[in-house]
Amino acid sequence: MKAKVHVMLKNGVLDPQGAAVQHSLGALGFEGVAGVRMGKVIELDLADGTSEDTIAQMCEKLLANTVIESYRVEVL
Amino acid sequence: MRAAVIVFPGSNCDRDMAVALRDAGADVQMVWHKDSDLPDVDLVAVPGGFSFGDYLRCGAIAAQSPICKGLVAHVDRGGYALGVCNGFQVLTETGLLPGALMRNAGLKFICKTVGLTVATANSAFTEGYSAGDTVDFPVAHHDGNYTVDPDGLARLQGEDRIAFTYATNPNGSIADIAGVLSENRRVLGMMPHPERAVDAGHGGTDGQALFRGLLGQLTSA
Repeated sequence: MKAKVHVMLKNGVLDPQGAAVQHSLGALGFEGVAGVRMGKVIELDLADGTSEDTIAQMCEKLLANTVIESYRVEVL
Repeated sequence: MRAAVIVFPGSNCDRDMAVALRDAGADVQMVWHKDSDLPDVDLVAVPGGFSFGDYLRCGAIAAQSPICKGLVAHVDRGGYALGVCNGFQVLTETGLLPGALMRNAGLKFICKTVGLTVATANSAFTEGYSAGDTVDFPVAHHDGNYTVDPDGLARLQGEDRIAFTYATNPNGSIADIAGVLSENRRVLGMMPHPERAVDAGHGGTDGQALFRGLLGQLTSA
């Protein structure tokens, strides 16, 4: 089985990379880009039957730093 | 005083740290990240660098290494620990210090000497200074933007656990924080490099008081 983990900075945590990309899109002439947030996607190739609870533990212990990041698991 | 300096793949300030500690009089051993047991030491230093290539997040992989289990046990026993730059990132990733280090607000890698204010002299690391002293230490980091939630910041301030602040904030750190102490004041994490300011050849010796103060406290303890 495969799972995708989406890791994003928490809402309210300033994302300077997102702000720089937003600025650059504006400079290219794209109008109306009200916000850009950068994150990462981690693809996991897992043993069949790996529980969502186990994947959540992987996120809590390593994949995300929950001080500043939130995560969302998508089992494919 | 006996000290251990942890070496990760990608550490690049480990030998500078060892030199600074030895100059101050410490008996220093280098320990490899795969070792699961720390030698019997008073202080564990986690050096600067780019452990594991900064993969995933700065310090995240290092924080899961076998030696860091020993580091956490050492701190739980009341042992002292000093994390500088990448070492600070490792200490936050292990949970030994609160908060996290994010990408610099200006997105650029910053490599220069910065002015700091000693925010508290109440720790073994800073007792060689007086609160309010200004010192110049080099910084060299891409992810030094310290953040902590409002409750965590209030605790750090209320418990006098902010060790150093930037005179001019270079990286966006909350409340100009450059270094913080643990609850028992025996763990210090800081982004600037005191070990790069201990020899006249470095261009400044403001870091000597940190290492000498530490030696004085831990040797007499």
